[in-house]
Amino acid sequence: MSVPRFWRNTKARYRMIGRRCRRCGQVYFPPRNLCRRCRRRGELEEVQLSGRGEVYSFTVIRTPPVGFERSAPYVMALVKLEEGPMVTAQLADVEPEEVRIGMKVRSVFRKIQEDGEAGLIYYGFKFVPVEGEHDVQGE
Amino acid sequence: MSAGICGYGAYIPRFRIRVEDIAGVWGGDAETVKRSLRIAEKAVPALDEDTATIAVEAARHALRRAGIEPERIGAVYVGSESHPYAVKPTATIVAEAVGATPELTAADYEFACKAGTAAIQTCLGLVGSGMAEYALAIGADTAQGAPGDALEYTAAAGGAAFVVGRDRLLARVEASYSYTTDTPDFWRREGQAYPRHGGRFTGMPAYFKHVCGAAEGLMRKLGLEAEDFTYAVFHQPNGKFPRVVAKKLGFREEQVEPGILVDRVGNTYSASSLLGLAKVLDVAKPGDRVLVASFGSGAGSDALSLLVESRIEECRPLAPSVESMLARKRYVGYAEYAKLRRKIRV
Amino acid sequence: MKRVAVIGVGLTKFGELWDASFSQLFVEAGTRAINDAGIDGTDVDALYVGNMSGGRFIDQEHISCLIADYAGLTPIPATRVEAACASGGLAIRQGVMAILSGMHEVVVVGGVEKMTDLSTERTTQTLATASDSEWEAFMGMTFPGLYAMMARRHMHEYGTTREQLAMVAVKNHENALHNPYAQFHVRITVEQVLGSPLVADPLRLLDCSPITDGAACVVLASEERAKEFTDSPVFITGSGQASSSIALHSRESITFVDATYNAGQEAYARAGRSPAEVQVAEVHDAFTIGEILAIEGLGLVERGEGGRATEEGETAIGGRIPVNTSGGLKAKGHPVGATGVAQVVEVVLQLRGEAGKRQVDADVGLAHNVGGSGGTAVVHILER
Repeated sequence: MSVPRFWRNTKARYRMIGRRCRRCGQVYFPPRNLCRRCRRRGELEEVQLSGRGEVYSFTVIRTPPVGFERSAPYVMALVKLEEGPMVTAQLADVEPEEVRIGMKVRSVFRKIQEDGEAGLIYYGFKFVPVEGEHDVQGE
Repeated sequence: MSAGICGYGAYIPRFRIRVEDIAGVWGGDAETVKRSLRIAEKAVPALDEDTATIAVEAARHALRRAGIEPERIGAVYVGSESHPYAVKPTATIVAEAVGATPELTAADYEFACKAGTAAIQTCLGLVGSGMAEYALAIGADTAQGAPGDALEYTAAAGGAAFVVGRDRLLARVEASYSYTTDTPDFWRREGQAYPRHGGRFTGMPAYFKHVCGAAEGLMRKLGLEAEDFTYAVFHQPNGKFPRVVAKKLGFREEQVEPGILVDRVGNTYSASSLLGLAKVLDVAKPGDRVLVASFGSGAGSDALSLLVESRIEECRPLAPSVESMLARKRYVGYAEYAKLRRKIRV
Repeated sequence: MKRVAVIGVGLTKFGELWDASFSQLFVEAGTRAINDAGIDGTDVDALYVGNMSGGRFIDQEHISCLIADYAGLTPIPATRVEAACASGGLAIRQGVMAILSGMHEVVVVGGVEKMTDLSTERTTQTLATASDSEWEAFMGMTFPGLYAMMARRHMHEYGTTREQLAMVAVKNHENALHNPYAQFHVRITVEQVLGSPLVADPLRLLDCSPITDGAACVVLASEERAKEFTDSPVFITGSGQASSSIALHSRESITFVDATYNAGQEAYARAGRSPAEVQVAEVHDAFTIGEILAIEGLGLVERGEGGRATEEGETAIGGRIPVNTSGGLKAKGHPVGATGVAQVVEVVLQLRGEAGKRQVDADVGLAHNVGGSGGTAVVHILER
């Protein structure tokens, strides 16, 4: 990841702002510059997503990629957002055993990666479960 | 003063570590620690949390309660002693994440545990002078205590955010009074991982002198007495200090206990008194008067007097309460805690 | 469509080949293919090479010219083709199109990947570029992670079991025992698969194809020119290729690879064949779930039935539709850019009757190659 490339997507990464085609109504997140269906005839406008969705599928990454060594094992999921699009993100504040397909989640602001100890910190969205937020969990 | 609070929000990370688990590693006596510090456990940030993420979550809660478009925020100030960058402000990350950019001013503050109230005072000035319509003040920290040091039992993580404005007030600020001197009770040199402190010097010459100086000065300025306040919230480095200073100032237990949460969350540094304030706002009624006095080592105390307005009732349910975040927890042992707080050098 | 003849095939052993460099691999496979074809280098009109990432694996782009140079084939036109793990299959299709267009008559198509010069972490990072870099890999997703999510959803939607996934690996290892070029010659059991370390739940180490060095090569010719070199070529009678979204999260369904389906439909149509007529198939089992998705997407089994069909032996040698007689990507190895070409090599060997102990009785075969989690698929139908 390079600094300009990350910075260019801050609106989407920090605030979950996507695009919606005025012509066909399709919502895109992550945002696109061309409606897949309408292409040149489409008209994309910004749209704020709610951050609410549910787990469509998930896995537990045990052999992490470079930069994620400290976090493993961690849960990655396909989250189907309530506006329609599906997004790839880490699930936070949850143990792997607790995750279920269909689990309701909401977005939170977390660190995604950092470029070592001296490089940039890359923030973005992750998802936490909505149910059981007020539960007390013990060891 | 014509300005006040129109939104407040809190954030406490999920993990907790108990005094027993820290004492067990360093050969301390858990019961003695718990009795003398009056603390049971503290909040620990997850690996993917830092002062910026905590500040953003708290700010988003505050904005939900304020009910204003983020573009109308004219200033963001984040006070912390654990900003993620030494150079590059947390405030711009927060401003971007809440949608306040680009028409605003922003900066980070450092004044040990009172950087958050310093931010509030600045916001009151900007809003009061008309320089900003609304302004966002945040106190947030992911504090570190040196392994084996007494501070390790209390140094914790949390954040509280306040939207300051002239309308939509849930609490009006009657007055502000600060007491500041150069008193080196606790410090951290640039580049050092952990702070140093003056042991017992942090008590009378530091905490008590400045908190009393600010609270008494505030009451004198307003012509009020302890009895005139419904609640009194103090900076809480442990469970003893706020209760002792409250008694010194003439406050009763019923005025002070609702604002104390250090026993369950630890010392959240720049968020400490502000989380106490948020906890009080979660239960306060219109017409209640609240005194808040922070304390920052170095040293200083900012005291505010707030009058709760009727709008508190409708905006309170719009974001999670402090109590709900205190209840939402998962315990870790010392090994995982050390990994999460990066005390293990890789 | 008109037929394109495969007049020669060749490949290197697949494995961790410490002594072999990138170009050594290609030259070895190419030489074998040209020998097998009985042609001379001067007969070759053009060269296509499939390679996923010379740039990241060995700091080398401009592969096309490198290969032509080291193969002594300059100044013929040389073209590098890339679509992640489908690079080889795409190169085959480019060669087919070059001949069908009349532009060239004899074309060498190869695939090569040198993966082991990097650490495992860097190799994994490189493979992740087959996924959406900004929105999948950057968020912490890995390649096995993507297929793991497909597997979990497939289990959720169709009741596919962990054991059935394991059986794909067991079968392919069994087949590879009879393939001298395969990376692994070891029999494995379902218990061993289920006991192997978790990589990305529910996928385990033995569900995943390995990191491999290798090259494969075929010589294609127009039907007319082929007569000069052989009486009985194998023909490519159908070719299909399709694209889909790069990210798994943009697909309509994650339990059905639409690119596979679309590529298959085109290939069947061009060949005038139906799935039921396919008698041997090499499909893209980068992960065990990959084979199940492949046979469903290609219509070789009903949707959702891939696990059951595997369990009941339908895809074993001797079964209704033998799949991955070579050992598949799992046991034969998966040198990314070479795989698509190696699959065609296997089908040709099967149709020629040169598959030794893994021989099946087949006149119609199919090769299926996928890029990433299904962003690209390419299918070829071959017949005697």
